[in-house]
Amino acid sequence: MRHGKWPLIVTFLVPPVLLYVVFVVSPYLQAFQISTTDWLGYSADANFVGLENFRNLWRDDYVWNALQNNAILLVLVPVVTIVLGLFFSSMLTMGGRKGRAGIGGVRGTAFYRTVYFFPQVLSVVIIALLWKEVYHPNKGLLTSALNGIGLSAPTWLGDPATAFWCVLAVMVWSNVGFYVVLFGAAMSAIPKEIYEAVMLDGASRLTTLRKVTIPLLWDTVQVAWVYLAIFALDGFILVQLMTNGGPNFSTDVIGVRMYDTAFGSETKFGYASAMGVVMFFLTLSVAVLALRAGRRERIELS
Amino acid sequence: MTTLDRTAPPVTPGGPAAPSADRPLRRELGIANLFSHGFLLFWGAVTVLPLLWMAISAFKTNGEILADPWGLPETLRFDNFVRAWTGANIGRYFLNSLVVVAGSVSLTMLTGATAAYVFARYEFRGRQIVYYLFVGGLMFPVFLALVPLFFVVRNAGLFGTWTGLILVYAAYSLPFTVFFLTAFFRTLPTSVAEAALVDGCGHFRLFFQVMLPMARPGLISVGIFNFLQHWNQFLLPQVLMQGDEDKWVLAQGLFALSVSQGYAGDYARLFAGLTIAVLPVLAVYVIFQRQVQSGLTAGQLK
Repeated sequence: MRHGKWPLIVTFLVPPVLLYVVFVVSPYLQAFQISTTDWLGYSADANFVGLENFRNLWRDDYVWNALQNNAILLVLVPVVTIVLGLFFSSMLTMGGRKGRAGIGGVRGTAFYRTVYFFPQVLSVVIIALLWKEVYHPNKGLLTSALNGIGLSAPTWLGDPATAFWCVLAVMVWSNVGFYVVLFGAAMSAIPKEIYEAVMLDGASRLTTLRKVTIPLLWDTVQVAWVYLAIFALDGFILVQLMTNGGPNFSTDVIGVRMYDTAFGSETKFGYASAMGVVMFFLTLSVAVLALRAGRRERIELS
Repeated sequence: MTTLDRTAPPVTPGGPAAPSADRPLRRELGIANLFSHGFLLFWGAVTVLPLLWMAISAFKTNGEILADPWGLPETLRFDNFVRAWTGANIGRYFLNSLVVVAGSVSLTMLTGATAAYVFARYEFRGRQIVYYLFVGGLMFPVFLALVPLFFVVRNAGLFGTWTGLILVYAAYSLPFTVFFLTAFFRTLPTSVAEAALVDGCGHFRLFFQVMLPMARPGLISVGIFNFLQHWNQFLLPQVLMQGDEDKWVLAQGLFALSVSQGYAGDYARLFAGLTIAVLPVLAVYVIFQRQVQSGLTAGQLK
C-alpha cells in the first residue's frame, strides 16, 4: 500500500478531524480560557480576572453543598450498582448448580437479562419523567401501594430528607441491568473447569463468588467502577428533570449548579466555566485514582 | 452472549458413585435456588412495573389515574394518544427527531468509518496522536464543554438549526465510533485487501466495495448504538435548540409536556406521550437485542 495512499488519507481524515476539533476539542480548550474571565455572557466584554473565579468557588457554599452530594453519589452509586450487578449476574450465569458439576444459569437467564437491560436504552428524559410520576405524592405508584397496605407514605421528592435517596435509587435502577450483562459476559468467559475443580473441593457458593469469580472479574469491576464514578459526577439531567436540585438544595449536584449559573437567571459564563474546569480535573483524578487503587495482579485465563 | 450450558452432562470422574453425599447438598441448593429466584423475580418486577404502569395509565382517563393508580382501565382510551400526538405536538417532535437522528447517524457513520479505516490500515506520522485525540474524548461528559460549545455553535450561525444539532451529535459520537470501528477494521484479514490492490483496485474502491461490506456487523452494532444515543439526547437540544418550538426534538417535547401537565392536570396525555416515545426504542431493542447489548458493553470495555 504505497502509491496513491495520500489522497485517501487526506479525504478520509480531514472531515472527521475538522468536525471533532471545531465542536469537541475547541470548546474544552475554550472552557479553560473563559474560566479566567468575568464574562457575563451575551455582551462581548470579558475581562481577565486570573484565578478570581476559582477563589470565589472555594468560598461558595452552594458549590460545596452540591459537591458533597456528588461525593455521596460517587461512593454509593458504584457500590450499590456493582454489588447488585455481581449478585444478579452470578445468579444468572451459575445460580442453578444443577446436578453435580453441571454449572449453569437459572431457568430464563436470557429473559431476565433482556428485561434487566432495558432501562439502559431508555432516554434519561423518559426515566426522569416516569419516576417523577412514580414518586408522585397523590397518585404515584409507590404512595398508593403503601397506602393500600395501610402505611403512610413520605412525600418522596417533596421532602428534603428523602428526595436525595429517591434520586439515588433511580440512578441505581437505570444502571444495574447494564452491569448484569457486562459482568455476565465476563463470567461466561471464565473456563468451566475452574468451577468444577472448586466444586470438587467442596467450596460453598459464597466462597466461590468471593474467592474465584470476583478476583477473575477484577478488571471488569474496575472498569465498571470508573464508569459509574463518571456517571455519578455527571448525574445532571436526571436531577435537573426530577427535582432541579430541590427541595432546599437537598439534591443539588455540580452539573445543575453549573447549568443554572450559565443558562439561568444570570448568565455568569466565566464562573460556570470555572466549575467546568474544576469538574474536568475531578473527573480525571477520580478515573486515575480508581484505576490506580484497584490495581491488582492480573490473572490471565489461559 | 454465551451462556453456560445448563444441561451439561456430569464430567466429574466417579460422579454417580456418591449419591449419599449428594442429598444434603441438594436440599441446600433447593432453598438457595428458591431464594435466588425470588430476588431475580423481584428485580424483574422492579424494572418492569414502572414501565408497565406507564403503558397502562396511557389508556386510562384522568379520573381513573387519580382514583386508582394500580387499577386497569375500564375501556382503552386511545384518545389520550391522539391528544398527545396532535394536541401536544408529540407527532411533530417525533418526526423532527427522526430527521435529526437520520442525519446525525449517517454523518457519524460516514466520518467515523472513514477515520477508523485510516487509523486501522494506514501508517503515517502522527497517527497515534490523532487517534488518541479522538479516543480521549470518551472520558469526559459533554456538559463540561457546554458553555463554550453554545458560543461555537452560535458563532457558526448554526444556533437553533437542525444542521447544528446534526454536526454536534456527530462530533460527540466520534470518539466511541472511531474507537470501536478501528478495532473492528483491524480484525479484518489483510490478505483480501492486498489481493484487491494487486488486481489493480484503487484505494477508494477498495474501501467502498471491499472493506465496508466486510465490516458490516461492526457498522450495524455501532450504528444502533449511535441511534439510541442520538434519539435519547436531551442536553444538547435543550441548549442548542432553545426558542423555536417548531423545531424541537422529542425529548424537549416530552419535557414541555411534563411541565404543562403540572397545571393542566392531564396525566393521561403525559403517559401516552411517554409511551409513544418508548415504542421505537423498544422496537429497536427487541429486534437488535444482541447487537445492542454487545455494542453498549463494548463501549464501556475499552
